[in-house]
Amino acid sequence: MSFPWAKHYQPTTTFGRYLDAKLPLPRFIYDSVGAGYPAPKNLNYFYNFGFLAGAALMIQIITGIVLAMHYRADTSLAFDSVEHIMRDVNSGWLIRYMHAVGASFFFAVVYIHIFRGLYYGSYKAPREVLWMLGVVILLLMMAAAFMGYVLVWGQMSFWGATVITNLFSAVPYVGETLHTWLLGGFAADNATLNRFFSLHYLLPFVILGVIILHVWALHIPGSNNPTGVDVKGPQDTVPFHPYYTAKDFFGLSVYLMLFAGVVCFLPNALGEPDNYIPANPLATPAEIVPEWYLLPFYAILKSFTVDFLFIPAKLWGVLAMVSAIALLFFLPWLDTSPVRSNTYRPLNRIFFWVLVADCLVLGYCGGHPPVEPLVRIGQLAAAYYFAHFLLIVPFVARIEKPLPLPHSINEAVLGKESKTGAPIGLQPPGYNETPAGTLGSGGATPQPAE
Amino acid sequence: MVRLGAFGVGLLFVVTLLWAAVQPRDPVQPDPVEKYHLAPVAIDWSWRGPGNAGIFGTFDRAQLQRGFAVYKGICSACHAIHRVAFRDLADIGFTAPQIKALAKEYDIPSIDDKTGEPSTRKGLPSDKFPLIYPNEIAARAAQNGALPPDLSLITKAREGGANYVHSLITGYRDAPKDWQVPDGLYYNPYFRSLNVAMPPPLSGDGQIEYADGTKATKDQMARDVATFLTWTAEPKLEARRSTGVAAVLFLAALSVLAYLSYVRVWADIKHPKAGAVPAE
Repeated sequence: MSFPWAKHYQPTTTFGRYLDAKLPLPRFIYDSVGAGYPAPKNLNYFYNFGFLAGAALMIQIITGIVLAMHYRADTSLAFDSVEHIMRDVNSGWLIRYMHAVGASFFFAVVYIHIFRGLYYGSYKAPREVLWMLGVVILLLMMAAAFMGYVLVWGQMSFWGATVITNLFSAVPYVGETLHTWLLGGFAADNATLNRFFSLHYLLPFVILGVIILHVWALHIPGSNNPTGVDVKGPQDTVPFHPYYTAKDFFGLSVYLMLFAGVVCFLPNALGEPDNYIPANPLATPAEIVPEWYLLPFYAILKSFTVDFLFIPAKLWGVLAMVSAIALLFFLPWLDTSPVRSNTYRPLNRIFFWVLVADCLVLGYCGGHPPVEPLVRIGQLAAAYYFAHFLLIVPFVARIEKPLPLPHSINEAVLGKESKTGAPIGLQPPGYNETPAGTLGSGGATPQPAE
Repeated sequence: MVRLGAFGVGLLFVVTLLWAAVQPRDPVQPDPVEKYHLAPVAIDWSWRGPGNAGIFGTFDRAQLQRGFAVYKGICSACHAIHRVAFRDLADIGFTAPQIKALAKEYDIPSIDDKTGEPSTRKGLPSDKFPLIYPNEIAARAAQNGALPPDLSLITKAREGGANYVHSLITGYRDAPKDWQVPDGLYYNPYFRSLNVAMPPPLSGDGQIEYADGTKATKDQMARDVATFLTWTAEPKLEARRSTGVAAVLFLAALSVLAYLSYVRVWADIKHPKAGAVPAE
């Protein structure tokens, strides 16, 4: 599926025609990331982050496969084998630091990607399934990252695994059984480490599979754009290649430069010193904290400090932490505003930035010991997180008066405003239609504005 | 329906959290450790390069060797560096014969090849520095209940790294009047609990005779051994930094070229000119 004016693949050589008849792989590439895929011409740099997330996953898979060649998933050998990689394997230090720092970069890129989607309303119709697949990827990433962190079998690995798996015991009736079943024993031990290694190797490929679905779902309606206005005609788009391949390549170069800088100069800046101490089930670290990318959710978990309505505090925390991510699945139906982009939503935009600040506050509270006033701040921040998605967003969509929308992407690029000022869904009939004669003209050359 | 359900769930979580937030808190007793605990003193390390930035610096081989001398002469009475092999010392400037001779000074646990009984043999360059105690129980039995940690990774395993090591071993002092130090422990404001089982390792100037004639002050010895332990924790530090400088320079140049080609590709979209041929 693509726009009617998308260019069509024309094999030029005999071999090209032969291959196109037997296995049209070049045609597939051409139609999905080549000149045959028209994309809105106003995508800004925030739209680089989807591609960067894919690049980050590839770095994780390649470095991870090499690490697995030298790693031993055994509680008595795991920590030593990691140090063996750092000291004795050729360039092992580079591979391991790339993998460890790469996880942080992957999450940073994905969080920017998600907040970009939130700001420009990319979760709204017709992209709900695309968005939900993205939430699935986030969940899988969290599971993969958590289990990968455990593999080091340092102090924070072991105690992190203990604390997180212990959450399952909060489930009523079957909690203890579930906990024992997950760990393969009554405490995190060799059985746990082995299954985590197995799953940590599996999950990236599951993520890759869901990414294929994610990109497939993207290609049905095509990319959203900073105006949130639908593509109306060829004057609104450019072919993905060479325009966005060139832009993505520039983005990738800058990303890799930052990545190389952190890997080579600050590889342990985001890690915990305690994880350079081998796991010791008899000595609890002073403060058990997960990696930075899980801290906001950890803060939500910790914020439920009292039993309420006959539900114990621990179960509240687990329910809330699960809900904090699960609610994202429902976001397309919680936000009923017909306008996608926050550029034209003056009220919702304010709450968007409050949410960004709120997540940073939650992250800070999650990473620090539970002392006042941090506990209360964390509780208020967690309350805002739920209020934002479940109460404020649906309400704002009802009362907000959006700003005038541009008539088309092309108009927005040229700086014109809509004559009617109505949101997309409320444009008068006939107003959205593509100007006659441009359909299927095959050219993506920008048309002069009407 | 979705919005109604969301409203209910949202209200439930918000009310629960606000209820938790308005609960009175137990009065907190001020932690006496907080009052006296000190953060490690930050030092400009030669191996952190200009501006202490950690980009260009390399280890001073003479300092590493002095640091090894301090480790061998003082720390190794109780602390092992079991992740370091004798052959690794080639990186800090030891020659092959020196390493061979050094390895021979150590007994390595082995099996007698005639009787099969546990025995020991002379160390080889490929061996790791042996453990001081065969296991934790033996260590605690010999050390009055305390466990001297392996020092191979210590600068990466403690907040503050080399600064912490330097501050800890030079930071012993008399305890404040309202602070009780249990018998057999020593007061040190840089240690997490303020009471450390390790006796002050550096007794005074000249405790070690440096081969290169450097004056062995307490501060000098502490700096040297902290530098040596930074190397044991991160032996590939220099390769990492030089790789980083090359990679960042290369990728910076690539970014400039990628930016220029991006601008060139988009020129006809952003600044359309009559008759211009699109880049595609």
